[in-house]
Amino acid sequence: MNLEYTTEEEAFRDEVRAFLKDKLPKRLSDKVRTGKRLTKADMEEWHAILNEKGWLAPHWPEKYGGTDWSVMQKFIFETEAAQAHAPRIVPFGLSMLAPVLIKYGTEEQCQHYLPRILDGTDWWCQGYSEPGAGSDLASLKTSAVREGDHYIVNGQKTWTTLGQHADWIFCLVRTDASGKKQEGISFLLIDMDSPGIEVRPIKLLDGDEEVNEVFFTDVKVPVENLVGEENKGWTYAKYLLTYERTNIAGIGASMAALEQLKEVARTTKRGGKPLIEDPLFAQRLAKLEIDLENMKTTNLRVLDAAGKGGAPVAESSMLKIRGTEIRQEIGSLMRRAAGRYAQPFVAESMDEGYNGAPVGPEWTGPVSSQYFNNRKLSIFGGSNEVQREIISKAILEL
Amino acid sequence: MDFAIGEDRQMLADTMKRFLSKEFDWEKRLKVIETAPGFDREMWSNVAELGVLGALFSEDAGGFGGSAFDVGVVFEEVGRAIATGPYLGTLMAGRLLAAAGESEALEGVIAGEKVLTFAHEPAFDAESGDTRDVTASRSGDGWTLDGAKGVVEYVGAADLVVVTANTDDGERAFLVETSSDGVEVVDYKLVDGGSGGELRLSGAAAKELSGVTGETIEAAKAAGVVALAWEGVAVMDQLRDQTLEYMRTRKQFGVPIGKFQALQHRMATLALEIEQARSAAINAAANFDKPERDRFGAAAKYTVARVGNLAAEEAIQIHGGIGMTWELPLSHYAKRMVMLGHILGDEDEHLGRYIELMRAA
Repeated sequence: MNLEYTTEEEAFRDEVRAFLKDKLPKRLSDKVRTGKRLTKADMEEWHAILNEKGWLAPHWPEKYGGTDWSVMQKFIFETEAAQAHAPRIVPFGLSMLAPVLIKYGTEEQCQHYLPRILDGTDWWCQGYSEPGAGSDLASLKTSAVREGDHYIVNGQKTWTTLGQHADWIFCLVRTDASGKKQEGISFLLIDMDSPGIEVRPIKLLDGDEEVNEVFFTDVKVPVENLVGEENKGWTYAKYLLTYERTNIAGIGASMAALEQLKEVARTTKRGGKPLIEDPLFAQRLAKLEIDLENMKTTNLRVLDAAGKGGAPVAESSMLKIRGTEIRQEIGSLMRRAAGRYAQPFVAESMDEGYNGAPVGPEWTGPVSSQYFNNRKLSIFGGSNEVQREIISKAILEL
Repeated sequence: MDFAIGEDRQMLADTMKRFLSKEFDWEKRLKVIETAPGFDREMWSNVAELGVLGALFSEDAGGFGGSAFDVGVVFEEVGRAIATGPYLGTLMAGRLLAAAGESEALEGVIAGEKVLTFAHEPAFDAESGDTRDVTASRSGDGWTLDGAKGVVEYVGAADLVVVTANTDDGERAFLVETSSDGVEVVDYKLVDGGSGGELRLSGAAAKELSGVTGETIEAAKAAGVVALAWEGVAVMDQLRDQTLEYMRTRKQFGVPIGKFQALQHRMATLALEIEQARSAAINAAANFDKPERDRFGAAAKYTVARVGNLAAEEAIQIHGGIGMTWELPLSHYAKRMVMLGHILGDEDEHLGRYIELMRAA
């Protein structure tokens, strides 16, 4: 056994590091590092820099502008980018819609939509969850009825992340209500400018408005916007959930956040001593670091198997559960480290250019908001309960 | 043995519950927390008129209660409604006024005419990157205070502040009027909807609270610990009940989600833990006037913080996305619950304290 990177992988890592050092704007990495809110323009800026380099779509085939990287290369890139505090790449078009189009869409659809994703013309959002269909996604009710050359769409989607910026939404809609609930679902692409669409923001507990409700009232959608076959949408949706989840554990982001946490623990004093010398806090920190180190190897083992042709369905559920738990625990320890300065809530301080005097140590500003916001990690993308169901059935065969 | 709370206390609790559910309903709370200083001054006077603040102090001090169980009952209602307002500051600072025989100042506070708070923790100082505390020096017949205190609850709305300060004779407490020269307040919202602030003093005139020593100050904080423990248990009860209600009504996969055994067992564990926390809060109150006050206080604060985090996180998780929305009261209960752990020392601090006391015993 040998856990070292190969010479080629090491060379690739160095290349990625050099690129990040050269091209990642400090203004952006500072915002990410200090937990400031990213604007639409910030996210688009990083998107364009990666596109220029040709590294925006590592998981697409080369003929559509992808890189054809190995799973290990993708992992290295994602980990290095996160550790350099690069903004997260908005995944809806690039990582969620594109693989479905490439596998199940027509060549015309690929030729039309994929370049527009790369050059940033279209911002996509995801129309999956509904008020009555969360963990039980297949019970969705938003309907699409064929009338001549169009579908007429009626219903409501919810938890639409960054939908306020979106030009297009890919939706799971019900085209047949007669059979099993999984069998009457279709995958439809809808222009957000269509008459009859209304977007309403949902205010979250930390005051942020990053998710939305999207309402559809008699929205006309051309039939050519159907992906694949009618009533086969569930297959495509499932494909999306099992496809390329190399980054699902968020190892890079956790490693970067843990570094910051350890720095805080070394420099923050509690009762006259650095926090890291408090045996109780140190124990929490040590357990976390051990868990992350273990997770890193678990993740690499899954990737290695995937690189050799395995399809890591249930394994990626393990990565999702423990990866999100680790990220939540890091946030929780940052909050604990802030002591009573976890309490002030100065919402404006989350925006760039805020000039007010910090009320506590500067790093304490976003810790409570992030702690509460991080609750979403174990809820979205298939809740951790749903992931445990998958493990029970697919691995444990219970 | 008798675990009943007693008729008088029950009456007070009922009165307070009725008042808050009528005058501090959900719409009202959302409005209040959006506007500075995070509580309604007029409502505060009405709360005082009901006798709620009087219940925190003994008859000698101008109140009509003052036992640890009186304190517990009041804060249980504060928690049930996640009421905002300087309840905790009033309790701790008020007990120091009482100890010093400052009956006139306390009378105005109990009547709701003057808002009082307690400034006892040093402030973070951006310049040095360390904390900065308050020192007191004699000036003629009186005293002046210099330095800063951090995250002082509702200081932006306070008329009076009891400030702890270092003197040549150790820690003492002083009464400061916020309208005095040399008093600067930087106030801000808090995560739980209330407000706090940094109190900066430069040569501010202060009145010494005679007879108050470090030990008296510890006793006032110990009362605060009992209050927070009872408040925390009430918040947990709400988190559990709201989650159970959701589990009975929210359907996925054709059944209420409460039918799933994996969730049932988690709620059973939570219910058990909450009863343990309730017992810890009762222990803290029962031992308040006894030699083991601090050990039981630390045990309660530790237990309530630990179980409180569990309750907040499980309640949100089992609700799913809806549990993270501003619109739902649950998320505000979760925020209050977690933030209670950041007042008067967190879970680890109190476990550490418990270990020390256990070793010394």
